[in-house]
Amino acid sequence: MLTALTLILSCQLAGELITRFLGLPVPGPVAGMVILFALLAIKGGVPEEIGAVADSLLKNLALLFVPAGVGVMAHFGLLGQDWLPISVALVGSTLATIAVTGLVMSRLARASAAEDGDTPNG
Amino acid sequence: MADISEVWVYLSASPLLFLTLTLAAFQAGTWLYDRSGHKPFLNPVLTAVIVVVGLLTLSGTTYETYFEGAQFVHFLLGPATVALAIPLFRQFDRVRRSALALITSLLCGSLTAIGTAVGLGWLLGASRETLMSLAPKSVTAPVAMGITEQLGGLPSLTAVLVILTGIMGAVLGPPLLTLIGVKDWRARGLALGTASHGIGTARALQVNELAGAFSGLAMGLNALATAILLPILWRLFF
Repeated sequence: MLTALTLILSCQLAGELITRFLGLPVPGPVAGMVILFALLAIKGGVPEEIGAVADSLLKNLALLFVPAGVGVMAHFGLLGQDWLPISVALVGSTLATIAVTGLVMSRLARASAAEDGDTPNG
Repeated sequence: MADISEVWVYLSASPLLFLTLTLAAFQAGTWLYDRSGHKPFLNPVLTAVIVVVGLLTLSGTTYETYFEGAQFVHFLLGPATVALAIPLFRQFDRVRRSALALITSLLCGSLTAIGTAVGLGWLLGASRETLMSLAPKSVTAPVAMGITEQLGGLPSLTAVLVILTGIMGAVLGPPLLTLIGVKDWRARGLALGTASHGIGTARALQVNELAGAFSGLAMGLNALATAILLPILWRLFF
């Protein structure tokens, strides 16, 4: 477990350093994801230990957003001033984005590879 | 025996209390979500945020004090983002086979996210500062905050709008996709990741690994697309 954590943190650190130095508009952890992906590709597979640590981190991914979400309490004043445009824009834009992306992708993907279309249940 | 207020002073000064509170509130949210048979509006993040905000408000605790404990959970967002390489690697053959469709849909989604957020906000009279903070709302928080800063908005307001968007996407996304007949796991994942970044990805991963891989990839690519497109579009229209 320790090896896997060290590897993941090293990728993140490398990602942070690269994006800072090159002034890339990508967050460090996303660059770290690309680096880890490249390492797995070189290795030609996912070592069992790394897979297990990654799976347990990702199983609890939703929890990790709670502290930032609680930050809403620091902005009640600002949110109150523009509450109508903010709430309409958030709901409307999120629904529109999901519908457009989902519909375009399902049309285009159906044409490219039909065998991948498993049926969802949730 | 110590006075209760002395115990409170001691506990609220240590990270332990708010770290435990964060985990417990999320556990309660998950329990409720499972018990309800996975009703979308009982999203565990939403429940946990409401419970924690309620308790902090009642006890008169500031967000800064809370965050000193909760930052240990918050920190793990970085490693978890890196870990998204694993589902992506496992599913990469399928990602590569639909690369062209993926890039096209992602660009359509990215432009829709920016255009509708700013358009709706502007129509309803939001202030310029709010519009700037709203524009990158579908992008993962660290990038969105950077973009807002560049435009001249409020990064901390953006962070909150990003999280609210994420929760909204995770709650409303799956039923909407079912309603409009999008059944393909790749399309469902891509839509959730493009519109609602990591929170949408967390939701997609719970249901299906293929959807999770497309969602994680969409989150990264949308961050990149928005960081490039938004400043250009903003200059064209404002």
